[in-house]
Amino acid sequence: MSSSFRKLWLGLAVGISFVMLTACEREERDYAPTEAEKAALGPVPLVTLEPGGKVPPKPNGMSKEYEDNAYHVNQGQQLFVSFNCNGCHGNGGGGSGPALIDDKWIYGGDFSSIAATIRDGRPNGMPSYGRLLAPEQLYQLAAYVRNLGGYVRTDVAPSRADRLWAKPPENLSQKKPGADPVPATGTPPAPR
Amino acid sequence: MIPFVKRFEAAVYVSACVILGGCSGVQSPLDAQGPEAARVANLFWIFAIVCAFVWAAVVIVLIWAVWAKPPNSREKADPLSVDEHQDRRAGYIVSGLVGLTLAVLCTFTIASFLGSRGLASGEGAIEIEVTGYQWWWEFKYSDPEPTRTFTTANELHIPVGRPIKVALKSGDVIHSFWVPNLSGKMDLIPGQHNELTFSADRPGIYRGQCAEFCGLQHAKMALRVVAEPAQDFEAWRNQQLRPASQPVDPQTSKGREVFERSACILCHAIRGTIAGGRQGPDLTHFGSRQTIAAGTLTNTRDHLERWIANPQAFKPGTKMPQVPLNEDELTALSAYLEALK
Repeated sequence: MSSSFRKLWLGLAVGISFVMLTACEREERDYAPTEAEKAALGPVPLVTLEPGGKVPPKPNGMSKEYEDNAYHVNQGQQLFVSFNCNGCHGNGGGGSGPALIDDKWIYGGDFSSIAATIRDGRPNGMPSYGRLLAPEQLYQLAAYVRNLGGYVRTDVAPSRADRLWAKPPENLSQKKPGADPVPATGTPPAPR
Repeated sequence: MIPFVKRFEAAVYVSACVILGGCSGVQSPLDAQGPEAARVANLFWIFAIVCAFVWAAVVIVLIWAVWAKPPNSREKADPLSVDEHQDRRAGYIVSGLVGLTLAVLCTFTIASFLGSRGLASGEGAIEIEVTGYQWWWEFKYSDPEPTRTFTTANELHIPVGRPIKVALKSGDVIHSFWVPNLSGKMDLIPGQHNELTFSADRPGIYRGQCAEFCGLQHAKMALRVVAEPAQDFEAWRNQQLRPASQPVDPQTSKGREVFERSACILCHAIRGTIAGGRQGPDLTHFGSRQTIAAGTLTNTRDHLERWIANPQAFKPGTKMPQVPLNEDELTALSAYLEALK
């Protein structure tokens, strides 16, 4: 074997392993919830009933693990249908519940606000799922809702659904211009 | 360094063990327990014998060609000269033999296929809808009378001697239904209606397995076919039609309460309670089944408790999440589920 040929092989091998390594993070799968994740799901926290009372703490700090992970976003997609979220929210387009693919977020569109909405419920119809979900399911759903909003990286968003789906794959849908929505301050909106 | 001969010897022993494993009869298409599987086994032996014969013939001719003295080698001036007449004749003979072998094998295959088709149109078949999910099986026993329809999972009970017609569907990806002792395999394809008919000649428990790679836990997607005499089957069917048994003591009542107010209820159904989830196996008569999690564990209290406490430890990637429950809740929950006979 000539040395130039060997170099070509070596270059190819290194190149291919780099390409393969990029896939590692995207699909990393954690099957068991961490202690922090478990702790986030206690009994439903309630607002203290007093003027200027405190809103309950949001489940925090999980956004990176879940939002940047194709496996979790895909699981969220499956759960979204399985748990009948689309009964009210349509396929993200809304129905008796608000739309999730637009940029209007009544209770905040950041990851922890969405997780809090699913966990604790919201007035006018959104039920609390806190005690009915396993911790990772809560975050997987939140990550998928973020994906519906178009805030998840294109290479992480699902490329197909498990069921027949009326819209184009989510990794082809338009991303929101600009950055993340502003985290909710915790002040509920004025009654309409 | 292990000498080559030793390594070769070891390789022979290991492969012999693997091959001998096929003789145990468990999940073996050669240990046929029904007419469908018998056809497959017969075809296998016919093919094996014909192919062995052809192989032996080729090897004998080859050895003869290498070792035999070329006839009249001295007289021939040019050893490479070709006798066209003889060559053509040899060509005809070989083509004829190959054609004959093919025709025989084709006849047997087609006869077997038509035989299976004949069975498929058999009257009085029991119709069961099989749906594959990642990574478990759902069985829906249909009946002309709607109230006699019920759903169960991972354990298929069938009466001996009656044709069983299974409609194969998939809830997510492509799976394949294969009970080697009873029939050939057939895929479960999303959006497509596939059907397979088979029957069992003798009572027994036959293991089946998903035969199309369907994701992480494909290997732990097993099913059991319990073939039993007609009256036992009817008794089992009537038992399965009943709603779940009510809790009888404080512990099982607490178990039911835990089930109904935790994550279990979003995915599992127990007929006769408020649980109506359709994402996981129906647990109405969970206690009557022999295994947990599609053949992963045998169904005992201890196994169940450990399975619920951490399903990912036994079947990493399974869709069943680890639900945070304390020790008391776990004990009560497993007691309740085991009591669902």
